[in-house]
Amino acid sequence: MTLSDGYPTETIIGLEVHVQLKTQTKLFCSCSTQFGAPPNTQVCPVCLGLPGALPVMNEHAIDLAIQAGLAIDCSIPPMTKWDRKQYFYPDLPKGYQISQFDLPICADGFVKITDDNDPEKIRRIGIIRAHLEEDAGKSMHDEASGRSDSRIDLNRCGTPLLEIVSQPDLRSANEAKNYLTELKLRMTLLGVSDCEMQEGSLRVDANVNLHIDVNGEKIATPIAEIKNMNSFRAVEHAIEHEIDRQYDVWEETGKTIKDESKTTRGWDDATGKTFLQREKEESADYRYFPDPDLLPIRVPRERVDAAKASLGEMPAELCQRLQTQYGIKLYDANVIVNQGRELIEYFETAATTSGDGKRTSSWIQQDVMRTLNEKQIRIADFAVSADQLGELLQRVSRGDFDNARARDVFSHLIKNAGTVEDAVKALGIESVDSSEIETLCKELLDANPQVIDDVKSGKKQAVGSLIGQAKKKNPNANPKQVRETLLQLIEQA
Amino acid sequence: MSLTVAEVRKLALLARLDLSDDEVASVRPQLDSILAFVKQLTELDTTDVEPMTTALDVDNRWREDQQLPGLMNEEALANSPSQNEGCFLVPPVLGVVASKKS
Repeated sequence: MTLSDGYPTETIIGLEVHVQLKTQTKLFCSCSTQFGAPPNTQVCPVCLGLPGALPVMNEHAIDLAIQAGLAIDCSIPPMTKWDRKQYFYPDLPKGYQISQFDLPICADGFVKITDDNDPEKIRRIGIIRAHLEEDAGKSMHDEASGRSDSRIDLNRCGTPLLEIVSQPDLRSANEAKNYLTELKLRMTLLGVSDCEMQEGSLRVDANVNLHIDVNGEKIATPIAEIKNMNSFRAVEHAIEHEIDRQYDVWEETGKTIKDESKTTRGWDDATGKTFLQREKEESADYRYFPDPDLLPIRVPRERVDAAKASLGEMPAELCQRLQTQYGIKLYDANVIVNQGRELIEYFETAATTSGDGKRTSSWIQQDVMRTLNEKQIRIADFAVSADQLGELLQRVSRGDFDNARARDVFSHLIKNAGTVEDAVKALGIESVDSSEIETLCKELLDANPQVIDDVKSGKKQAVGSLIGQAKKKNPNANPKQVRETLLQLIEQA
Repeated sequence: MSLTVAEVRKLALLARLDLSDDEVASVRPQLDSILAFVKQLTELDTTDVEPMTTALDVDNRWREDQQLPGLMNEEALANSPSQNEGCFLVPPVLGVVASKKS
């Protein structure tokens, strides 16, 4: 990549992704992990860090972490343990976070994404490790009221997180987005996490720097870790902004990775800029040590084997199956699979009902996804159920009505919900029987005899004008049927 | 081995303690003697000793993912010196910028 009239640069990006595991209860106690409860109502002595309280591991969290690790081709080492990461902050009542330091539960994996420059090529993004840790609470600063005190809600304290650390293998903002999309897809297909950035069940920190090629000499800019990004789009924008910023700063100051250690920068969505949060020198010294309250885990081999067996279809296999089972193209299967589990299920139901995978895929990619985008809703909140869409498309395939009429029905269903049958009645759509069509066509040919000559001399497209007239006389007339009838009558004439 | 004043100050910051010069001066030799005491362990030859994470001969103790009642909001906040709208109320922390976790 070359920045405008600058030296060629390569962007180096590594991502740290926190994924909240979908357990009923916290990592070390039996409190609920439900999002959105009133403050401090899902707490107990363990997550409040009260003296004498002891943590006990959540078995399910361990299974989910193993599944997640296998889904990103990690190995599951035979032994893993817990460590204390010490820092002092009011949202962490114990004064330390239980995490994993040197023996994480998942090690050394990878995720494959499409190459940014060549859609035919696949890039392998390395995963250094994935470790389990507990979440902290939430602090709220009410600056408007002029109060300097913060309110602390500890409901989130102890919620299980899996931190997935990538190699610095990503080379552009778009690749970072593709990597996140693939990661989220795998986690949601497995059901190990909801991966909702808005609810905090997926959080991303990006480590970014540039390798600038100055006449053959490679110069690395200081690394910045970007935080506070609350959507995939924000991650993309933040990285793009950071690339420009680092290049400008390097041009101005000439500072390289040797002159300045890593800094932490926040992302401000409103201004579209990153801002300095802290220099790494002043960052906390975590003084990790093994947590004496918890026992090590020797992961039984059978548990890993069972998790492997229960993985189910990963994205590549799913695409393969959708292609063969529903007769759609790889590109279309990819688009549908990338939308996630809900849309895949919607497609499968609709395609099964309609009996026409291709038509269903194209309707979902165009009409359905466009509506979801316009209304900013998810498929679960979409007014047209998969069954009704399937029914509608089955009727189109059967020739009951054409695409234009089908779109009228579809719009009616979006506005009023209900069934295809209701919509058809409400819109006054009737199927016209063939004798009626024949009469209509005869009338039109009598009134336009030159069309017969045109068609007979080889200009079949001459019937087009009559189809338009037929549609005006009877809006329910199916254009395909009118065309066929016209051609048949002309042949007989 | 002796701790420098800067090292004592750093430890104090990590523990969010605001020590005066006098306190630093009095704490420094105490920390030194604690370290010297623990340092005796280095006299042992541990060449062939496997690292261990627990002195107990057990592992894999875990519980089912089943919710149990915790504390009521009033109980959770019962010992807090200050509270507001169901939350703990805390004053700004010394060296917040430095301490905010990653």
